[in-house]
Amino acid sequence: MNNSVEIKNLDLEFGAVKVLQNLNLEIGKGEFLVLLGSSGCGKSTLLNCIAGLLDVTAGQIHIKGNNVTWAEPSERGIGMVFQSYALYPQMTVEGNLSFGLKNAKLPKDEIAARIKRAAEILQIEPLLKRKPAALSGGQRQRVAIGRALVRDVDVFLFDEPLSNLDAKLRADLRVEIKRLHQNLQNTMIYVTHDQIEAMTLADRIAIMRGGKIMQLGSPDEIYGRPINKYVAGFIGSPSMNFLEGHLTGDTFEVGDVSIPMAGYDFANGGAANGAATLGIRPEHVVTGELVGNAPFQADVTVDLIEPMGSDTVVDCQFAGARFRLRMDGQARVTVGDTIRLGLDPSRASLFDKDTELRL
Amino acid sequence: MVDVTPDALAGPQGPKPRKTFSRRNIFLYGTLIMVALYYALPLYVMIITSMKGMPEIRLGNVFSPPVEITFAPWVKAWSEACTGLTCEGLSTGFWNSVRITIPSVIASIAIASVNGYALANWKFKGADAFFTILIFGAFIPYQVMLYPIVIMLREMGLYGSLSGLVIVHTIFGMPILTLLFRNYFTSLPEELFKAARVDGAGFWGIYFRIMLPMSVPIFTVAVILQVTGIWNDFLFGVVYTRPESYPMTVALNNIVNSTQGVKEYNVNMAATIITGLVPLTIYFVSGKLFVRGIAAGAVKG
Ligand SMILES: Nc1ncnc2c1ncn2[C@@H]1O[C@H](COP(=O)(O)OP(=O)(O)O)[C@@H](O)[C@H]1O
Ligand SMILES: [Mg+2]
Repeated sequence: MNNSVEIKNLDLEFGAVKVLQNLNLEIGKGEFLVLLGSSGCGKSTLLNCIAGLLDVTAGQIHIKGNNVTWAEPSERGIGMVFQSYALYPQMTVEGNLSFGLKNAKLPKDEIAARIKRAAEILQIEPLLKRKPAALSGGQRQRVAIGRALVRDVDVFLFDEPLSNLDAKLRADLRVEIKRLHQNLQNTMIYVTHDQIEAMTLADRIAIMRGGKIMQLGSPDEIYGRPINKYVAGFIGSPSMNFLEGHLTGDTFEVGDVSIPMAGYDFANGGAANGAATLGIRPEHVVTGELVGNAPFQADVTVDLIEPMGSDTVVDCQFAGARFRLRMDGQARVTVGDTIRLGLDPSRASLFDKDTELRL
Repeated sequence: MVDVTPDALAGPQGPKPRKTFSRRNIFLYGTLIMVALYYALPLYVMIITSMKGMPEIRLGNVFSPPVEITFAPWVKAWSEACTGLTCEGLSTGFWNSVRITIPSVIASIAIASVNGYALANWKFKGADAFFTILIFGAFIPYQVMLYPIVIMLREMGLYGSLSGLVIVHTIFGMPILTLLFRNYFTSLPEELFKAARVDGAGFWGIYFRIMLPMSVPIFTVAVILQVTGIWNDFLFGVVYTRPESYPMTVALNNIVNSTQGVKEYNVNMAATIITGLVPLTIYFVSGKLFVRGIAAGAVKG
């Protein structure tokens, strides 16, 4: 029994609306799993099912080997952190942390010890006597994490905990959550629509769409070998370039350009023929001196530049389509320049035109 | 050289000047003053009349202030005025009203707030049907139910008693109060309720520890609605109680309409003001809270 959470054939319907359909997921002990998907795809719903805040329509949920499908949220051994913090406004920070423990009828000294430990870990000791209204957003979210921490549970559930914070705080707290996971080694299930959070935090990412899990894998796999065109376009910023063309043996033809695909790792062993889509990430397009080594090279004219400091995103036309590539921030380019770019097929992705699945 | 700052601003700058006596202001404040007078004048007449003696009233100067101020009409209205049968003034009716209003307000608000909380947060089976029936109840005219309730109370042995009237007030307050509380609790963040469930709080734990402390404004609104509504009730009071337990409104009516002797306008005015004093006090004391409560979600769909 090495799995911390197991979800078996889970269905969830709101009236006639099927939000989750036959969902299966196994999450290992101590694993950090991120549920990533665009808004409305059912991430929060899945998390609420695991927490016991929603009654499932069909299927089972197991936590630590126990079937908890019918158990109350407080009996499942989970702690939960919400996007809106959901701190009890009339209680002090200490009251917020102790509320669950008092409900569980824990002895007083045990409650005090747990609050002390959580406050130390999260560095909120000076705030214990304050009300939530007197805290900043980052402090509130720390307290909310503390409320899950004092419960001393095996599974932490996060529902977009950083979405209400500004960019800098979000980056800081993200690191803290990662450190917390490294120290505690709890199982964490983390819902987000932010791919940076997903990539940086996750051991494994589950990409969700329309109530189904499209791809489940490590951040590397998701980024490097996206299973279909949707995942490929969803992950990465700026997003992947897609070229619609035709695959014949080892050659991909788009318009009057042919790109040799030798070195591409086809999913089912051999090459395939037919209409296909070639996906190339902007950061995998090489420019400057490196072009010489690339198996495929072409000249393009710069249409638009977006300097971002560390690097510069360049827009151009290539093979009759809009194409973006990422250059070093130091590179000197201006609109109208002609630059030479190089592509490496082994880092590209090929998708079937009709099924949109990886070739 | 004249000392001129080179970049001195020319043309309009700073706040836009406004005329105090613009046509818009005259119209606006004129209307407001007219309306205020329309409401304040009767009150003024009542107060000055209640402090005049009968000879002065007979002179007929309705708007002139009292030459000789007297509080005798107030004393008479409270303790001596006759209601046709007895001459005890309003005092008995006042205490009856207190004994009707306090339990009715407490019972109706306690039950309705729990109803509203259950409807908003615990999606039990049949909740929608229950809510629809309750709202429908708010639209049934009282007159239709007057007699059936007489029979019900008689069967229960409560007809004519104060507790019977308390039950009637509690039931009739239910639809609107439940709606009020349900809407308020729905407007509170749902994640707070979820967090409390994860923290192991049950139905009553969440109600008392989480919801109640956040609901002071809406409880204030409910208290004001109920106190004024029940205090001002005449119909139920006259139908469901006996003369010895008539509420104050009924007593007032009987004093003002008693046909014996001369009409004592000063006593009638004093009696009317005394009866209206309770709702008036409630408004003055809690006006601010009331507005805050309304703004906090009482009127949100
Ligand atoms: N209580 C509800 N009743 C009906 N539909 C709901 C309810 N809650 C969520 N949904 C629907 O379920 C879908 C998934 O919602 P949710 O899990 O909140 O998405 P997200 O991935 O953004 O967290 C959405 O289309 C939403 O409209
Ligand atoms: Mg969500």
